[in-house]
Formats: sequence, C-alpha cells, structure tokens
Amino acid sequence: MNFEAIKSIYAFEMARTRRTMLQSIVSPVITTSLYFIVFGAAIGSRMQEVNGVSYGAFIAPGLIMLTLLNQCIGNGSFGIYFPKFTGTIYELLSSPISMIEIVIGYVGAAATKGLIVGTIILVTAAFFVDISIKHPFMMVLFFVLTAVSFSLFGFMIGIWAKDFEQLNLFPMLIVPPLVFLGGSFYSIDMLPPFWQTVSHFNPVLYLVSGFRWSFYEIADVNPVVSLLTVLGFLVVCLSITAWIFKTGYKLKN
Amino acid sequence: MAPIVSIRNLTKSYASGFKALKGVDLDIEQGEILALLGPNGAGKTTMISIICGIVTPSDGTVTVGGHDILTDYRKTRSIIGLVPQELTLDAFETVYNTVAFSRGLHGCAPNPALIERILKDLSLYDKKDTMLRHLSGGMRRRVLIAKALSYEPKVLFLDEPTAGVDVSLRKDMWQLVERLRANGVTIILTTHYIEEAEEIADRIGVINHGRILLVEDKKALMAKLGRKQMTVELAEPITAVPDALSPYGLTLSDEGTRLTYEFDSSGERTGISSLLSALSQCGLRVKDISTEQSSLEDIFVELVGEGK
Repeated sequence: MNFEAIKSIYAFEMARTRRTMLQSIVSPVITTSLYFIVFGAAIGSRMQEVNGVSYGAFIAPGLIMLTLLNQCIGNGSFGIYFPKFTGTIYELLSSPISMIEIVIGYVGAAATKGLIVGTIILVTAAFFVDISIKHPFMMVLFFVLTAVSFSLFGFMIGIWAKDFEQLNLFPMLIVPPLVFLGGSFYSIDMLPPFWQTVSHFNPVLYLVSGFRWSFYEIADVNPVVSLLTVLGFLVVCLSITAWIFKTGYKLKN
Repeated sequence: MAPIVSIRNLTKSYASGFKALKGVDLDIEQGEILALLGPNGAGKTTMISIICGIVTPSDGTVTVGGHDILTDYRKTRSIIGLVPQELTLDAFETVYNTVAFSRGLHGCAPNPALIERILKDLSLYDKKDTMLRHLSGGMRRRVLIAKALSYEPKVLFLDEPTAGVDVSLRKDMWQLVERLRANGVTIILTTHYIEEAEEIADRIGVINHGRILLVEDKKALMAKLGRKQMTVELAEPITAVPDALSPYGLTLSDEGTRLTYEFDSSGERTGISSLLSALSQCGLRVKDISTEQSSLEDIFVELVGEGK
C-alpha cells in the first residue's frame, strides 16, 4: 500500500475544499436553512404532523440526504474530472499507485466533505426544528455508507464525463427529481397507489426512508431493505470502478 | 552492466488503426544521456508514455531497472521521473505544494529540505508560495522539472524540455542535466533541436514513423555519417566546370566563382591534394578555401528523408 500517495491525494482534495469554502460549505448551509424557514417554519406550521412527527422535523433527514448526495456526487466527480481536463492526470497514471489507492484518496476526500456538510446541516436543522435520533448507530451507518457510495458514483461520472455538461448532468438533472420524488418531503403513502408503485423504483426512496427511520422510527420501506439497497449500490459502484481501472476506460489509450 | 531500460518489440496500435510504434527495440545504459530525435508524430512521446504507464502497449515488453513496467509497475514508476511536453499544471496550487504532492504520490515521506534545495536549484524558491497560474511558461517548465525530481528518480525522461524556452533557461537546463548525470541519473530526452542533442547527449537515437532508424554513439555517428565539404572561391568566374575536373563531381555556384567539393573525411584518400593540383593545371586561380563538416542536422534530415 502506498500510504503516502493516499495521504497526498486526500490532502490535495481537502485543500481544494478549503480554498472554495464559500461554495462548498456556506452555500449548501444557506440553501438548507432557506428550506427550513419556508417548509419548516412558514408552511410547516400549518401542515399536519406526519406519523406523529412535525412536518419540519419530518423533512430534515430528506434535506440532509439531498445535500449529501449532491455534495458527494459533485466532489467525487470533479476531483477526478479536473485532472483529466487539465492534463495533470498524467501524474496519477505514472505514479506507483494502484486503483484502490486512487479511489481511497479521491472518494475518501469527497465523502469526508459530504459528511462535514451533512453534519453542519443536521446541526443547523436542530436550530429550526425538534430533531431526535432514535438509532444513532444506524443513522451514522446510513450517513457514511451513502456518502461513500455516492462519492464513488461521482468518481465514475468524473471518469465517464467528456465535458462539463456531462459532468453536471447527474447533480443538476437526475439527482433533484429522484430526491424530490423519493419521499424527502412527504411519506409516499400520501400518494395515489399508482405513484406509490412507481416510487418503489426510485433508489433514493430507500435511502431517505432508512435514514429517516434511524431518526424517528417511521419508514416507507423496511429499514433492512433500505440498508441492503445502499450496500447493493456500493457493490455495483465498486465493481464498475474496478472494471474502469482494469480496462483503463477513458483514462488510458 | 545490464541496461537500465530495455525495450523489446514495443508496439502500439490505436483503435483507429494508426500504428504509433512498430516494434521498437532499444537498450538504454545506466548513467547515459540518450537523445531521441524525430519529427512530430514519430512516436517519441508514445514510447515515453508507455514506459511511464500513461499509455498501454499493444505488444512487446519494457523493463526498467530489471522490473517489468506492467507487472512490477510500483518498482519501475518509483524510479522513473517524467517531465511531460505539455505544461500541464493545476492552476490553483502553489509551487511548493505541487512539488510536495508529486513526492507523496511516489510514496516518499515528506522531505522539506530536499524540496527546498530542488526549488533553489531551479531558481524557483522565491516563488514557492505563488499560485501556478501566475507563473510564466518558463517558470512552469521549471516546476514540472522540480516535480519530477522531487522523488529522486534514477531514470529521467525529458519530453522536449526546451520547446518554447528562452536561451538562458535552455542553458540552465543543460547544466542541470549535467549535474544529474554526475549523480548517476540516466536521462532520456526527446527533442527536435539537433543542437541540443549535439550539445549534451552521449548517444543519439533517431526515430521516425514508429521505428528506431538508428542508435549510435554521438561521436561515432558524426564521424560515420559526417560528410565534409570543401568550398573553393575562384579569383575569376568561369562559365562551366572544366572537363578535366569532372571526376570530382564539383558543383558550380555564385555566378561561376564558387566550386563545392564533397568528400568523406573518414576515407583513406580525400582527394583534396589531387583536386588542388588539377585546379592549378586548369589554370584556375584560387582565392580562398574553406571546409566544413555536415552537422547532425544534415545527418538527421538525410535519415528521416530516407525513412519515408
């Protein structure tokens, strides 16, 4: 194991986060605070409780997931896309490092950053609504597994993307509908039966539901199924990443 | 001693069908400076990229320090330094950090004293906290070299190190190459500046259309292929070369005042004395005589021309 290399990549990526503090930390916190003011305080006060939880508190786990997904995909993809774009990838390819080390460095940094932002939002949320965490261990497990698997997913997008348009395709066009329609702001039993069925094909539903269960013990799907979904997604991402490095897909000629 | 880099039947074909390398065989000895000459698209960069791990070979083997570049890549890549042709650097990193980053990637523990020395050697130390995007082209080139030296490689590839570089930096770089060689570093540089190869290389390889045309000791190459030329300035112009001089294959130029004679300086008989006496027998008065040796450039143009 080339630990110095992992450390270097990780430190390099975290340094990039520090340089772009406004964009990486402050901006998601402001956006989420706005959600809590509008949905939690203003509209939420006139909404019914959902399964015994106030509406503002009900949406908190979904909002954390929304930010976590976007942060992890964004950072994971940008970290590896940028060296490809500038050409500095030559250095990674000509260094004595293996695929596993590259992935640990980049994905580790992207996940760390996602977790930092997610935690800040959780703390922010606690200022606006009553948060309770009934299963802290499960909550952390969902939090970390989601961060790692979506950072890995972002890493794959970064390798696949040919240009900035493709790079932004997932965080801007695909993730928001999945999150919004994945029960972040409602329980899917509020939907007509047809849309309930459709929702079960949305992987984000399982994430949000499992994560919310660890807070309030209310869930749209069985938390075990949620956990298995996250693990399954992680395995799929790992396999694709392994294939990318084995074949040199879009990295090497 | 076994060669430090050994290349056998190295082949690279792209999906488009283009063959960048067509079976290259080359041995590079430890501690030497090898210059690879060749026009654009000859395959120089492809060859280097394969050895460094950036491009996957289609066929053939390469060993560096006795280790295979594919199966033992950790060992080979830790002793190889690469200064790429393009000035590819991160825009927002500082000079010091990017150099330290390279050292880390190669698995070496931080060594601020070493990095400080490298930066001073390359006149970069006062810029160590400058962001890379604020550097000039020449400075960026120095940073790329500093990055490659940060982990003290044993084999250093310089891909067109002096392309677009001013004279003073070029001289600095040649001195640096000399210093590295003194420390036992093997250096492979590609260039299309013949002058550069002539100045610093021990051996010269000529590559074109994906094949090595020759690899030869620089002095031997110059002697072997070096043709000499004698120019005779005549006191009075003539309209044609006299018949008595036809065996010498002279060419007449400059309105009949200049005769040019080509000869092989390594041959036993150069024919100069007989030509001179033949000239006076023809009644031609000689004003001046000069001889010059063809440069590596002429040799190169000749070889590459033949390769077509």
